[in-house]
Amino acid sequence: MTSIIFRTATRYMFPPMLVFSAYVLLRGHHYPGGGFVGGLFAGSAFSLYALAFSVAEARHILRMDPRDVTAAGLAVALLSGLPPLFSRHAFLTGTWWALPLPSGATLDIGTPLIFDIGVYFVVFGVLLTFVFSLGEE
Amino acid sequence: MPILLSICFIAAVLAPLVHRLCPKYTGAKLLAAPLAMFVWLLTKLPEVGHGHSITQSFPWVRKLGLEVAFHLDGLSLLFAALISGIGILILLYTQGYFKGDPRQGRFLMFIIAFMASMLGVVLADHLLLVFIFWELTSFTSYLLIGFNHENPAARNAALQAMLVTVLGGLFLLGGMILLADAAGTWRLSEIITRGHEITQHKHYLAILILVCIGAFTKSAQFPFHFWLPNAMQAPTPASAYLHSSTMVKAGVYLLARLHPALGHTEEWTLILTTIGTVTFLLGAIMALGQHVLKRLLAYTTVSALGAMVMLLGVGTKYTIQALSVFILAHAFYKATLFMVAGGVTHETGGETSVDQLGGLRKAMPISFACAVLAGLSMGGFPPFFGFVAKETWIHAVWDFPYLVVATVIGGAAYVLVGFSTGLKPFIGKKPEGLHAHEVPLSMRIGPIVLGLGCLALAFACGPIGHHFVQPAASAVYAKDLEVHLHLWAGFNKYLVVSLVTLALGIGCYLLRPFFVKTAAALKPLAKFGPDAIYQFKLDATLRFAAWHTKKLQTGILRDYIRVTVVSAVALIGAAFWRAGGYQGWENLSPISPRVAIFGGLMIFATFATVRSKSRLRSILSLGVVGFCMALLFTFFGAPDLAMTQLVIETLTVILLALAFHHLPVFRHGSSKRTRTIDAVIAAAVGVAVTLLVLAALDVQTPTPVSDYYLEHSYKEAHGRNVVNVILVDFRALDTLGEITVLAIAALGAYALLKLRPKKEEAEK
Repeated sequence: MTSIIFRTATRYMFPPMLVFSAYVLLRGHHYPGGGFVGGLFAGSAFSLYALAFSVAEARHILRMDPRDVTAAGLAVALLSGLPPLFSRHAFLTGTWWALPLPSGATLDIGTPLIFDIGVYFVVFGVLLTFVFSLGEE
Repeated sequence: MPILLSICFIAAVLAPLVHRLCPKYTGAKLLAAPLAMFVWLLTKLPEVGHGHSITQSFPWVRKLGLEVAFHLDGLSLLFAALISGIGILILLYTQGYFKGDPRQGRFLMFIIAFMASMLGVVLADHLLLVFIFWELTSFTSYLLIGFNHENPAARNAALQAMLVTVLGGLFLLGGMILLADAAGTWRLSEIITRGHEITQHKHYLAILILVCIGAFTKSAQFPFHFWLPNAMQAPTPASAYLHSSTMVKAGVYLLARLHPALGHTEEWTLILTTIGTVTFLLGAIMALGQHVLKRLLAYTTVSALGAMVMLLGVGTKYTIQALSVFILAHAFYKATLFMVAGGVTHETGGETSVDQLGGLRKAMPISFACAVLAGLSMGGFPPFFGFVAKETWIHAVWDFPYLVVATVIGGAAYVLVGFSTGLKPFIGKKPEGLHAHEVPLSMRIGPIVLGLGCLALAFACGPIGHHFVQPAASAVYAKDLEVHLHLWAGFNKYLVVSLVTLALGIGCYLLRPFFVKTAAALKPLAKFGPDAIYQFKLDATLRFAAWHTKKLQTGILRDYIRVTVVSAVALIGAAFWRAGGYQGWENLSPISPRVAIFGGLMIFATFATVRSKSRLRSILSLGVVGFCMALLFTFFGAPDLAMTQLVIETLTVILLALAFHHLPVFRHGSSKRTRTIDAVIAAAVGVAVTLLVLAALDVQTPTPVSDYYLEHSYKEAHGRNVVNVILVDFRALDTLGEITVLAIAALGAYALLKLRPKKEEAEK
């Protein structure tokens, strides 16, 4: 499984895949995409890396244990539900803030986006927990 | 009321801490909680005595219309005063009983929590609140009976009491729901004013039976009586409190409380008098043959509870009056006798058999005096309160000759038990090697107060009748009653019956050795009793659980999947069968060529997967199925799904590739027979799911849910991708649940893969 072509291709594919996963995550609110698919993309990027080189190397470039990523994702998703509580709304009600941009337009930032980021990391972490533990067998 | 009740619960929680910080006189310190309740109740006595009642409520869950409501009238006052009053004495007694025992804090916690729950039962006005407290008493009594948890007998008894009372609790819950439905309100104080509507309601009989089962299990009525004598495994303070004066009376309380709503019908009288009389006689007769102190008392408690139910069943104003008097008298003498019995066992180093005890009057003079007072009151000797109770009782049942006969027989047994527990351990010759000394002061206060009470109540029976019995009886009867109690009502026919009972009782006492021998001879019969039936059912349940766990939980993934999908197919199939099959064939749109091509490819690839001789080929064919599926999604305008499907397919291949060399050799796969069965199951799943999807398309709702989402997605949630907006905004809580499950699944998989024993260890 360590053909030189595969390895070289992976080296070049890896960064664009991660960028693409972030893109898929962020566009999800208006166009096909979202945290779930984005997380899967990012996870497959690392899985590919683990397949081409080794699980140990994939772990090395990830720097974090995937289980910690899962936990962090869950925490982000959970925390994103808290802000509406301060304005006497139900837990997880979408709350939006309009950020003025220098160009004069406004950027709408909302808790659903933060929630989606949480989903992204959970999916990413879960997938890598599976892949890494299987690969290390 | 809510505040005082909370204080009791808080005291329970603090008990172990208080005991740890300053272990001396813990019981006396914690006594403040019940004392506050008791004093408050006494201050309300004049008000309630005049027929007023006090209601306090505040909202709990507004949306569900739930409220925490409490109600104090004559009946709840009588019970609450008994519970808190005797509770005070029990706490003191506990302090002496558990002196120097590190578990004292824990015991105090349990018993105070129990007391608070019990107060809750009698004070709560909302049916569901009553139920919650009711279950809490079952739970705390489980902890108390099983307190000596190293002892298997105590554990079994605790479990038995718990199972029986909680089973009854379930019936009760059903009854309460029907009752609230029939009455149109959950408030007890309103329900009891609607007796006419309830007894005419079509569910009346069901309500009555369900409520009765609940009350009968709690109050140890036949055929559920067996748990009470077994529950004597509890430490004595618990027995004295739970099983004489409080918990077991919860059932009686509930029936008395609901008497205005459910009573005055033939069914009520029939059920309650029959069961009550049977329990009364059964308990009394079984008590004759006992020789263990606490069991003697336990069987007479069963009997007394039967008597209460019986009196309530008759339901005339005299029997209800007699019931109220008897509840009071019974609580006093039974608690005293329990406490003395506990003291005797405690000070003689664990001797429990009456026949092994004797001559303790010199060693334990105060206990002796208290025991005599209570024992005579129990027997119904003048001038004790038990005598007053017996007189009112005989007077009340005079019109029912068979009940008079029952009373005489039962009364005789009470005399015997009163003598055996109140006199026998103290008089006669002291057996060799029996050493004892008087119990400590804290254990003396309870018996002294209650024992003297048996006497004092009798002399103060006029005011007692007026202030305590009259409001309680009026509440049960739902009409104002005039209660006049007399210690000496003149020489009349009731007195004659009473004297006959006493004479018979003394005769029985002299014949006691004969009864004990007979009981021993009849012991083999016990294997046909309710206790044995309970044991048989419990064992059968456990065996069944073991059997089906072995069958269903094979530990083989294939079996789990089979069970899951077969159940799903069966349920879907049943739904279709009831709906008469699928009828929408002609509404289906024609299949376009590209769908036909990729659909055909999928079918081909599926067969290739199944028929393949190598695993790699199977995986690749399966991949073809998945990618075709993704294409189909794009054809029908579901790019989100298609994208996810594509990534998932890729990842599946990667995961399988990783797991590849851990899988067993392919040739050693399943047999032909298994494969055939699997093929049938798979085909059935395919057909069922296809039909389900087709049928789901036909479901017409007035306004499709999707319209709402389409309309509000951009306006309110600032998102044009409806699928995603639903996931992260409208139904974000569901998603949160899903990702949590996902995370847990990952941890599970991690544990399975990483934490299994190393190969060498596994081979050993």
